[in-house]
Amino acid sequence: MTARNRELLGLVVASLIAGVALASVTISREAQVSAAAVAWGAMFLGLYLVAHVVARRAVPYADGALLPLTAVLTAFGIAINYRLDPEDGGRQALWVAIGVAVLAATLIWLRHDYRVLESYRYLFGVAAVGLLLLPSVPGLGERVNGVRLWVHVGPLQFQPGELAKICLIVFLAGYLREKREVVAQGRLKDLGPLLAIWGAAMLVIMQTNDLGSALLNFGIFLAMLYVATGRALYVGAGLALFVGGAGLLYTALQHVQDRVTIWLHPWTDERVYCAVNGQLELRQDCASYQLVKSLYSIANGGFGGTGLGEGTFASTDGTPLIPYLRTDFVYSAIAQELGLIGAAALLLVFMLFVVRGMRVALRAQDGFSKLLAAGLTFGFALQTFIIVGGVLRVVPLTGITLPFVSYGGTSIVANFLLVAGLLLVSNRANEPGASFR
Amino acid sequence: MNRQIARLMYVALALVGVLVVMTTYWQTWAAAGLADRQDNAIKRVAEFSVDRGLVFSWQPRKRLARNVERAVGGKTLFFRRYPQGILAAHVVGYSTVGRSRTGLERSLNDYLTASNANLSTLVDKALDELRGKPVEGNNVVTNIDLDAQEVALEELGTRCGAVVALDPRTGKVRVMASSPGFDPNLVEEGFDRISQVTADCTPGAPLLNRASAGLFVPGSTFKVITAAAALESRKFTPESTFVDPGYCTVYGKRVNNFDTSRPFGTIDLSSALAYSVNSVFCNVGLKLGAKQILDTAKRFEFYERPPLETPADERLPSGLYQRGSLYYPRLDSDVDAGRMAFGQERMLVTPLQMAMVAGAIGVGGKLVEPQVVDRIVAPGGRVIRVERPVLIRRAVSADTANAVAAMMRIGVERGTGTAAQIPGYSIGGKTGTGETGVPGSNTTWFIAFASRDEESPAELAIAVVLQNQSGTGGSTAAPIARAVMQAILSRTENP
Repeated sequence: MTARNRELLGLVVASLIAGVALASVTISREAQVSAAAVAWGAMFLGLYLVAHVVARRAVPYADGALLPLTAVLTAFGIAINYRLDPEDGGRQALWVAIGVAVLAATLIWLRHDYRVLESYRYLFGVAAVGLLLLPSVPGLGERVNGVRLWVHVGPLQFQPGELAKICLIVFLAGYLREKREVVAQGRLKDLGPLLAIWGAAMLVIMQTNDLGSALLNFGIFLAMLYVATGRALYVGAGLALFVGGAGLLYTALQHVQDRVTIWLHPWTDERVYCAVNGQLELRQDCASYQLVKSLYSIANGGFGGTGLGEGTFASTDGTPLIPYLRTDFVYSAIAQELGLIGAAALLLVFMLFVVRGMRVALRAQDGFSKLLAAGLTFGFALQTFIIVGGVLRVVPLTGITLPFVSYGGTSIVANFLLVAGLLLVSNRANEPGASFR
Repeated sequence: MNRQIARLMYVALALVGVLVVMTTYWQTWAAAGLADRQDNAIKRVAEFSVDRGLVFSWQPRKRLARNVERAVGGKTLFFRRYPQGILAAHVVGYSTVGRSRTGLERSLNDYLTASNANLSTLVDKALDELRGKPVEGNNVVTNIDLDAQEVALEELGTRCGAVVALDPRTGKVRVMASSPGFDPNLVEEGFDRISQVTADCTPGAPLLNRASAGLFVPGSTFKVITAAAALESRKFTPESTFVDPGYCTVYGKRVNNFDTSRPFGTIDLSSALAYSVNSVFCNVGLKLGAKQILDTAKRFEFYERPPLETPADERLPSGLYQRGSLYYPRLDSDVDAGRMAFGQERMLVTPLQMAMVAGAIGVGGKLVEPQVVDRIVAPGGRVIRVERPVLIRRAVSADTANAVAAMMRIGVERGTGTAAQIPGYSIGGKTGTGETGVPGSNTTWFIAFASRDEESPAELAIAVVLQNQSGTGGSTAAPIARAVMQAILSRTENP
């Protein structure tokens, strides 16, 4: 079976999952099976068939598992968003459609040789830093929950951090492919960019208070540096610099201190000062309210979950119990409704995606392609780790999205670009006679 | 570069692997602990989709807690109503959306929501879930005698205090009343009206279950324990005689009798208890030492939270308290044994504890676990759990218990407790007037047991406490004890 036929089969399975998920939400809501689920499954399949047909023409030899895995993740995302708010579910589906269109367009545009991107590497580098700093531009940025993540242009709003991640990976793949030998020698002069990027990451934290995005981008940087040079010392030194810098910021910035305190001690037995209302409250009723409620949500799922549509996210009068449920805390909604089985299945899909992505990197022929695929895949895994780890109290909670699952257009489109990149690289690597070119 | 990429893949997989492990942790190991947390609004709200088990009184068999169904957002939710209102509020507690639960609603939550680990409950629950029916909780039958409970609350009136009555042979708690009370139906909406209660004490604290979580100076009721300790020590007999000068000297200070104008002269231990002579007990205490008395008190379950089905933090241990926490002296000389012997000197007790003391004395020294729950019944009527009497321990020897019981009977016959006499029963009782240091705001007590005759074991034990009284235990608390005991005993006569 060819890769494309495997892909088609996988997409049919993913569409079945999408249909079943929607059916169980509607059954729970209206206590009846509706034909809408079948129609939805068909629509979902139709949408991905567009991507599939384009892939057949543009990247016929690309990995056949990436697109079905993406489809499964978006099916999860649309189902949980539809369950939390039908209108948001519809909007999420629309964003997936736009994402598929962007994917198709990217595949068609770069089908001959995506490596032209390498020559624009510095443009991507500048774009990455610019996008990261965009939310702190007065008049454009908006502060949500103490963190500057959003940019408003007229009626449009988007999270530039998501796109910055892709730009950064393209820049690093190009830059490190070119400079890997000299960087590996480790002269101070060549370490300049490393220090510059470390400084930029810290600047971003200070400007936007966005610890999560800084951690993500710096992690991607270290991972790609390691792949390019093979020197674990750089990773160690980079981590030490990051920890040292974060430590300095910890003492300097109240916001960072609060995040760490919430992470380490979400529950208190005694009332502590609450910045929200200026009174003494238990921390679980104040600063760590979101995290604690999200943990309760996860715990309430137990082994088998409550079932889609049967979870508890609001009080009996409809007051939401968990803020930012559709974005930052989408994992705790899934974990409650699908239980350990469903949450583990979701994480397994993420793991499979990582394996396939890294396989693309391993099979790629040239340095730029290897670095690009490894960077994209690691970025995908690290982002998942940072947000889900934050929800699970593994690391301090920072607001970034869960790829393909969280509600939000920019994130969806950016991650479809990521998939497009991996498909392009794997197509080139798998082309017959590729190794002789 | 492939070696690095392979390693990076393992790192990436390990990161996601950590997430799987931690999800497992929160959803399995940590889940039970999180479910029990009082601020867990998710669990609390989720459980409103359960057709929560009903709570019944013993006799007359009435519903203390029932459900009203309401459809919210396409789901059927079950909200609590308490048809008896204030009557059993402290024992049953409340289960509301906005506030954490209390009382049996909290401690028996697993049974009431059918999440107890019992095979038949699990099967019923799974079947309900598969059929799409609301899960039905298990019903709880309490031991509460609703009529006697009503008498107790009426007698307490606006006075602050508590009444605990139990069957000392089985431990079944018939009355557990605390005043001021509250209407649990007002907890969800109308909480302001609960705190606007009229009561003769500040703060009124209507939510506090004074019967098991109120700490009071025991006053002379503690002499029952001192007397038991004296007899157990074999240094004294009921016939041991003392000369009462009307006071006792402790560390050079005079400790007066309640009424110093009429010293009793030469008096034996029996009469000293019946007439509540402080100086005698003061001297007994000095002779025995604080630790010997406290060790006897411990045999009666002092220094432990008395066992009961209500939540642990709604029950407090009795004993010496220092700066708000329980305190056991290292040396005899750390405590003024003379004053402790008649219930002063930092000694604080709960009415539940004192009812247990009276009961154990009444049945020959055996201390049984108080139980407010009779049985737990599945929705289909199958009995899941029946509470059987549990012996905690023999607190004192039968001889000691019977001797102290005889002294207490004299106290009701012709001593300080005559107001508690009930025709046809042999009542033994002990009055108490705990001085709080403020004139006219004494804590008054009456503890008693009732038996058919002097030979048979007690079938009822009671403790009554009142705050802020100017009278004595004999004039204020003993009549309440009589009224409540009569209400319970009349039922056993014509069931």
